[in-house]
Amino acid sequence: MMERENILHRVRTALGRSAGQAPAAVPEPWSRIPAMSADERIERLLANVRELSGKTLRARSQAEALRYAEELVAGRTAVASNAPYLAECGVTALHGVQSGFGDREALRAVAEKADIGITSADYALAETGSLVLLSSAEEARMISLLPMIHLAILPASRILTGLDELYATEPEPMSRTSAMVLITGPSRTADIEQILVRGVHGPGEIHVVVVE
Amino acid sequence: MGPEQAINTTLANGKLQLAIYTGTGRMIDKRKAVTAATVLPEFEELRTEANRLKRHTLENLDHYLLQLEANVQAHGGKVIWCKDGGEVADFVLNLAKERGARRIVKSKSMTSEEIDLNERVEKHGMEAVETDLGEYILQLAHHRPYHIVLPALHLTRYDVADIFTRGLGVEREVVIEEQTRIARRVLREKFLAADIGITGANFLVADNGAIVTVTNEGNGRLTATMPKIHIAVAGIEKVIPRARDLAVFLKLLGRSATGQPLTVYTNMVSGPRREGETDGPDEFYLVLIDNGRTRLLADREKRQSLYCIRCGACLNHCPVYRKIGGHNYPWVYSGPIGKIITPQYHGVMQDPWLPFASSLCGACGQVCPVKIEIPKILLALRNDVVKAKQREGQSRLEKLGFRMWAWLMRHPKLFELAGTAGSSVLTDEEGTGWIRRLSPLFNVGPLKSWFSQRDLPAPAERSFRQQWRQRAAQPKREEN
Repeated sequence: MMERENILHRVRTALGRSAGQAPAAVPEPWSRIPAMSADERIERLLANVRELSGKTLRARSQAEALRYAEELVAGRTAVASNAPYLAECGVTALHGVQSGFGDREALRAVAEKADIGITSADYALAETGSLVLLSSAEEARMISLLPMIHLAILPASRILTGLDELYATEPEPMSRTSAMVLITGPSRTADIEQILVRGVHGPGEIHVVVVE
Repeated sequence: MGPEQAINTTLANGKLQLAIYTGTGRMIDKRKAVTAATVLPEFEELRTEANRLKRHTLENLDHYLLQLEANVQAHGGKVIWCKDGGEVADFVLNLAKERGARRIVKSKSMTSEEIDLNERVEKHGMEAVETDLGEYILQLAHHRPYHIVLPALHLTRYDVADIFTRGLGVEREVVIEEQTRIARRVLREKFLAADIGITGANFLVADNGAIVTVTNEGNGRLTATMPKIHIAVAGIEKVIPRARDLAVFLKLLGRSATGQPLTVYTNMVSGPRREGETDGPDEFYLVLIDNGRTRLLADREKRQSLYCIRCGACLNHCPVYRKIGGHNYPWVYSGPIGKIITPQYHGVMQDPWLPFASSLCGACGQVCPVKIEIPKILLALRNDVVKAKQREGQSRLEKLGFRMWAWLMRHPKLFELAGTAGSSVLTDEEGTGWIRRLSPLFNVGPLKSWFSQRDLPAPAERSFRQQWRQRAAQPKREEN
């Protein structure tokens, strides 16, 4: 394409640079990872999720997490991701929960109608109350996106302090997934008179269960 | 002359004044709550760091654009370089034709507003639906965004009720929660039926070949996930070196824009879905657009205008924006940032009044998360306007006036004479506007607009020079 060369030429002319010229030294990455105990990580994550109007549970065991999921699903339909941790907790075997989708269209047909989407999370961020999900065969994107309720169950070991630690841990997320999303609370808007409304396009309700 | 009539209409609209004032005021409070030193001690440090990163990236822009391109391609995506909006539209239309696609969903993007992408593709029979709630309302009402972050700031729930009734044929609904449900229902169908999703990009990450979009509603993520084709349209200035730099920018963006420590959905994507991934688009295109940015880049002093991350904080804090609102600026970018980038994209003489429509109070520069020196650039632009006018031979009258003034200043005797003559005529009158009442001369032509907003203090009985001479004549008081 012609325009590529034109734009690059204009950029170089504007900057007084020549083709192939090495860049100036890039500043060292700014990073401040606070010291935070495992217990504090859990408490801060869950407090921040609640601050965003999410529901939380600090579960002592996988069985306790399973009971929470069971009560939430009761009488409703749910679709669960293929995350091994969910199967480990027994969530995928619950009545009303469909799981094991590997085909996009099949998953879409179910996720579109389900009341609840259940996922695990690759990480969670204590300082912001965020869930971090990397798209994969185990973790499809639609499950945390289409249903009105999102339940995430993860082990406490996956909680990071915040953004700095996330990008220090995953400096090249795109080398192993084509999509990494940070979910910080339920979908919301304030576009009309700045009145806060939850559940615009994504889930309006979020539940985070951390298993110790 | 500026668009005075339109501005006066806005000023006279009490309902609108209240909406702008309370809306921006709320944003000021929310930002303050999450940027205070007690809450985030490193806030100032982050601003400095963001400024440093943007400067470095732009000074080496060709390098980072090529790195970005190589990494997007390595992940199976394609990069399209476009000079302007026409080329972007051509690309979208050609791709749509090849794929037999007709329906487009879009997530909020100022860049696509800038190039009128919707109008351009709709002319060719495509459907392009905005999915951000505010933008959707505006699309139905055929309005331009009123604010970079709060596009429908100027509308009330009752306006929205009318717009939905007219545009969607639904029953009149004035409850905001219900209005949001209606939009969710209508737009969900659009998401599921769309062939192409078009997003903007808040950041382009060179070392990952990624685009990052930040939304609260989730429409950005849906747009990039559901349709089989994802096209991201972004200005070339949006690139940053590394994913690690996102930590700095994300902490600043949400806080400065809406007072949130982090926006709800921060979506980073590169290329189409990979082998093994269950969902995501089959095709991914990154459209890089110049549209005047390289011209801006060439100006060393004003280059920093390209650091902008579109948070809207300068709008919220601007005493001018808070009175005249977002529709009285000549382009899609309003407020202080609009005031400095519009003249640089379009040339200063298209709207020569623009850089002057500022009190230079400096609030914009103080809140800017990437520390763009907006007031300094406004001054530089004023300088450009004056020079351009001189080149065009305009304002001959003004030039003549200033030449006479300069001549007078160089002749102290004459200057004093003129001053004495002046003050003997000018009476000491209380209150404002006395100079306008003094002579009909001050009520016509350029003097009228000057003095309609400004007054002079009444002259003192004795001029400074007279007082000085008297002092000099008096014997020196003894120091004690």
